[in-house]
Amino acid sequence: MSGKDEVIVAEGLTKVFNKSLVAVNHVSFSVKSGEIFGFLGPNGAGKTTTISMLITILRPTEGRASVLGYDILKEANEVRKVIGVVPQEYTADEDLTGYENIMLCADMYGIPREVAKKRALELLELVELTRFKDKRVETYSGGMRRRLELACGLINRPRVLFLDEPTLGLDVQTRTATWNYIRKLKEEYGMTIFMTTHYLEEADALCDRIAIIDHGKIIAIGAPKDLKESLGGDIITISIKEGADVSNLIRSVENVKDVRNENGSYRIKAEHGEVTAPLIIEALRKNGYTVTKLSLTEPTLNEVYLEYTGRALRDSEETKEAIMMQRMILRRARGG
Amino acid sequence: MSGMNGTNEYYPSLLRGLWALTVRELKKWLKDPVMVLMLVLQPLIWMGLLGKSMNINAIFSAGSLSGVTIPDIYIPGSYLIPPVSGTLVIPGSFITQQLQQAFSDLGAKVMQSAFGVTDYFSYMAVGIVSMIVVMTTMFSGMSIVWDRRLGFLNKVMSTPVSRAAIIFSKVLNGTLRAIFQATVILALAYLLGLQLSPTFTLLNLLGIYAAIFLVGAGLSSVFIAFSLRSTRMERPMQIINLVMMPLMFASNIFFPISLMPEWMQVVAKVNPLSHLTDAVRQLTILPLDGTALMLDFVYLGIFASVLSAIGIVLSWKYLTK
Repeated sequence: MSGKDEVIVAEGLTKVFNKSLVAVNHVSFSVKSGEIFGFLGPNGAGKTTTISMLITILRPTEGRASVLGYDILKEANEVRKVIGVVPQEYTADEDLTGYENIMLCADMYGIPREVAKKRALELLELVELTRFKDKRVETYSGGMRRRLELACGLINRPRVLFLDEPTLGLDVQTRTATWNYIRKLKEEYGMTIFMTTHYLEEADALCDRIAIIDHGKIIAIGAPKDLKESLGGDIITISIKEGADVSNLIRSVENVKDVRNENGSYRIKAEHGEVTAPLIIEALRKNGYTVTKLSLTEPTLNEVYLEYTGRALRDSEETKEAIMMQRMILRRARGG
Repeated sequence: MSGMNGTNEYYPSLLRGLWALTVRELKKWLKDPVMVLMLVLQPLIWMGLLGKSMNINAIFSAGSLSGVTIPDIYIPGSYLIPPVSGTLVIPGSFITQQLQQAFSDLGAKVMQSAFGVTDYFSYMAVGIVSMIVVMTTMFSGMSIVWDRRLGFLNKVMSTPVSRAAIIFSKVLNGTLRAIFQATVILALAYLLGLQLSPTFTLLNLLGIYAAIFLVGAGLSSVFIAFSLRSTRMERPMQIINLVMMPLMFASNIFFPISLMPEWMQVVAKVNPLSHLTDAVRQLTILPLDGTALMLDFVYLGIFASVLSAIGIVLSWKYLTK
């Protein structure tokens, strides 16, 4: 049995599509009560597939998971009653008003009309849409739509909220505003939140703990701060004019912990980067090499991601379909 | 706002969910006057143009013989029995008049025996009701492709609402639209000269709605299951185009089954549209034949149950994948 404060428990969760495409590969994790837990990874990594299984709209091929102690397969309907879902798409009906959309969601949960009316108005206030509640959703901007989705996902007063890419396609300002709503929810209602994102900054800013997922597998799990610290120092990137491999030379410099040659660009992990970088340049120059480029970064989640997958999250290849999907969402986000 | 920590204490009922999802669809078109206008115009054009242009009555009317002139006939008195003197003259105009009268009487009889009524427009206008039922129920079912694409379906599925409500709301939406259209068609047809039988009462409308519901439910549940599974928006459209023509023409919508070639009669007799059309005709323009009407309803009932069962099983499989 799982511990009392473990709200979501997944054990060996696996989803195989068409008997060959492994979207999620034996994923295990647990989410504690009251935390924001994030799934970070590129498009096609299996984030949405995982969330779909947890919210009971997709059957796992293998493994099991529970939400608040309810098994997602055997007690799917109990799970549905206690969770709130904010999908990555804009699912609100464009021909209905914001208020009508929330009331429609309320009907799906069987909330009595009178109670639902009161809650809908409260939620519209919370997401600052009161002024627009009787306007058709087709007139809403991307940020407003996102907030409306959030309000819909809260109508049944869920104990666990699932957010799938909550700021996909939003501009920086709206994104920051959305983060604030999410933080407010966590603080005011002590809600447990499970979210997915492919934005590093978002995972860093919002999540108490994250799981980095790639090709359907969890490759690292922990608090963003711990993950960054686990890298053990700063990252220095250096390029030289000459073609020779100077990995060993760099490795001999004081404080350098690790060197990786990535096609002529050296990725160096070192303590006290600001002191070590000049030492590396000095050592290279003494041996007749010319440094053409140098950068020094404190570790970000991108470095963490790079460390585990060998490539940057931003460069990750995206499937054609994922790009199409994203374009469609972006188009709707921008319009109006 | 009070805390959000208590479990949700409410339980969704099938009817509540069904009604909410159906109202969502109905609002969509009631809020859109252009769409309502289309729902009315479409049958009006079919009925007005096709029903009035295929003026089969005119073929069998006296007017068809208006170009025929018959010369006067002279018969010498010696040919007659007993012979008389002089010449007997039968004026051609008299023969023409007699012929036209006979042809007209005959025409009415032919129409009556072939179509059951003497007026083709009435026959055809009622057929249009069936045609619209098929078109509307199928097209309405297609909206589930959009619901899936835009993520609405997934969102609804993550709520405790009954999966059956999701499917039935589409069926109900399609049939309600079709019923609305059928009422408009019949009202317009009446204004354009539909001749109601003396057995018609307003209560018959309920029977018509029931028949429409059965056909709509059967056709749309299978079609929804199919739409759910097709990945391309075009596919359901192609299927509609493929199925529409045979359903329409291999039926009694435009022409009586008894006059079709035998192989076609077989098809037309199992075609649910033939039974729907017959039921609606029985309830409007024909002198009500209780036995025929009951047989139609039995057939439509079986059709609806079998197809709904297939459709629901297939959709269920998809919705719980």
